[in-house]
Amino acid sequence: MSTTTTPAQAPATSATRRPRTRRSPWFWARLALAVVITLVMFFPLYWMILTSFSPQSELYSAGLRWWPHHFTLDNYRDPIDLYPVWHWFWNSFVIATLTTLITVVCNLLAGYAFAKIRFRGRNPLFLLLLSTMMIPVQAVMVPQFRVSVDLGLFGNIWAVILPESAAVFGVFLARQFFVAIPDELLEAARVDGAGHVRAFVQIVLPLCKPLVAVLVLLTFSSEWNSFAWPLVALFSNNELFTLPLGIVTDLQGQYSSNYGAIMAISLLMTLPMIVLFVAFQRYFVQGLARSGIK
Amino acid sequence: MTLLQERMPTATPQRRRGGLARGQALAAGGFLLPNLVLISVFLLLPLVLAFVISFEKLGSLGPGEYLGINNYADLLKDRVFWETLRNTGVFTLFSIPIAMAAGLGIAVLLNSVLPGRTLYRSIIFLPLVISGISTGVLGAWMFDQYNGFVNKFLATLGISGPSWQANGTWAMASVIIVTVWQRVGFDMLIYLAGLQGVSSEVQEAATVDGASAWQRFRHVVFPLLGPSTFFLLVMNMIYSFQVFDTVWAMTRGGPDYATTTVSTYAYRTSFDEHGPQQLGYGAAVGVVIYLITLAITAAQWRFSSTRDQTD
Repeated sequence: MSTTTTPAQAPATSATRRPRTRRSPWFWARLALAVVITLVMFFPLYWMILTSFSPQSELYSAGLRWWPHHFTLDNYRDPIDLYPVWHWFWNSFVIATLTTLITVVCNLLAGYAFAKIRFRGRNPLFLLLLSTMMIPVQAVMVPQFRVSVDLGLFGNIWAVILPESAAVFGVFLARQFFVAIPDELLEAARVDGAGHVRAFVQIVLPLCKPLVAVLVLLTFSSEWNSFAWPLVALFSNNELFTLPLGIVTDLQGQYSSNYGAIMAISLLMTLPMIVLFVAFQRYFVQGLARSGIK
Repeated sequence: MTLLQERMPTATPQRRRGGLARGQALAAGGFLLPNLVLISVFLLLPLVLAFVISFEKLGSLGPGEYLGINNYADLLKDRVFWETLRNTGVFTLFSIPIAMAAGLGIAVLLNSVLPGRTLYRSIIFLPLVISGISTGVLGAWMFDQYNGFVNKFLATLGISGPSWQANGTWAMASVIIVTVWQRVGFDMLIYLAGLQGVSSEVQEAATVDGASAWQRFRHVVFPLLGPSTFFLLVMNMIYSFQVFDTVWAMTRGGPDYATTTVSTYAYRTSFDEHGPQQLGYGAAVGVVIYLITLAITAAQWRFSSTRDQTD
């Protein structure tokens, strides 16, 4: 794909500077390519939506139907009647919100320390922290299970929240973002007698809206969607099931022959993320770009 | 990551003033404490314990029985383990280059002036906020061999589609396609951020020197994207060795073990439908995954820093 798109890009950039050739064939080729790629990327989602509103007979009839001929809500109604779907929703929401809150606060604080406070052992400590990103859930899940049991976390949502709050990627992002904030700004506050806490709250925080947006979006989506650890931590307790657990453990088994229902509930689970993403996305590229990941 | 190290000022200038340094250390401690406590208790301590447990026979939560290196010896003889390792290798070798090349291509395309490019970017990024579980069940449905979209679509073209669920190779192919669909937006985004750092002056200078579009991309733009490429390589590699949700929801690792990756295998050996199983053995699998990830990252790190020096 890159070989076809990349040569097209460069002449166009220079072409835009010359109004004479603004609508060159290259422009139309690039536009067409962009639209086609976008449609292909969007298509599976469209198929999910279509499936969720289609009666079962249409899904399993021969031939392809590009839109529902008979619109139905049964795929939503049936599993919601049979399973505590809203309860799963609520569990997911509570767990994701609390985890996001704890994670983002911890990440911002740690990021500030690594970017703006000079202390001995800073670099080795930062590298140690970064290296924990490589620890796969599967490598530590057995002992994590044990530690959580020993701490008496089992049987409640904190068995998910606390271990999942041990996250480092956000520290990395926050640090990169804070490094870009000029030291002079903080020095001025220090001269006025403000400590790190005040400098952090009054100067740094107001500047880091895009960063917080990125962190909240990333953390919330990864927690909302989290599966592996909740599967271990909540397995024996279906009162506390989150949406992904409910879908895989209960729905997928029950409705293995009815994709309409699975698609419907999966779509319900996806909707809040799409809303959140649309609301936050204008900060997104900006936040990442300013975090120096380039 | 090498950029990182360059930007970090050393602590030496501050060390002269002891009192101030101690104040700084205290402040740093306060800011770091919450994160460090969580990391230590829920990541570092379990990592150490994982090594310990991997030398034990442990069936449930009770005390384990010391086994020495038996779990690891068993692992070497475990044909399924080697198969899952090979699966992970295949998954990595195909998904990463495809997703990164596509991500780069799309980033370059959408970095140029086009009407509606923000919308295209958002839509291409969208799959990333969809859960691995939803992606997996969606993938299972799209690739359903009888009623799924893919085979019905192929049928309208007169092609009889493969049996995606029954044939191991095709099952792996479908998992890779779905993964690429989900990951390409991330690669695109990071490359977009990288492209914003490539100044147009450099490109114009190359144009004046008579470089063609492809030459400019190959010799000017792409080398400047080196840090993005490195970052993506590391992140994708870490992801590959930890991939779980999508695979689990899509194929449960089947048929047989054809799409079981090392991380799904680690889960399967430790826990299954009935709760805790061979925890010691599962921990050994986990430790091996960790060591492999570490080795690959270290190798990439080394490779990348020597390349930066020659530049």
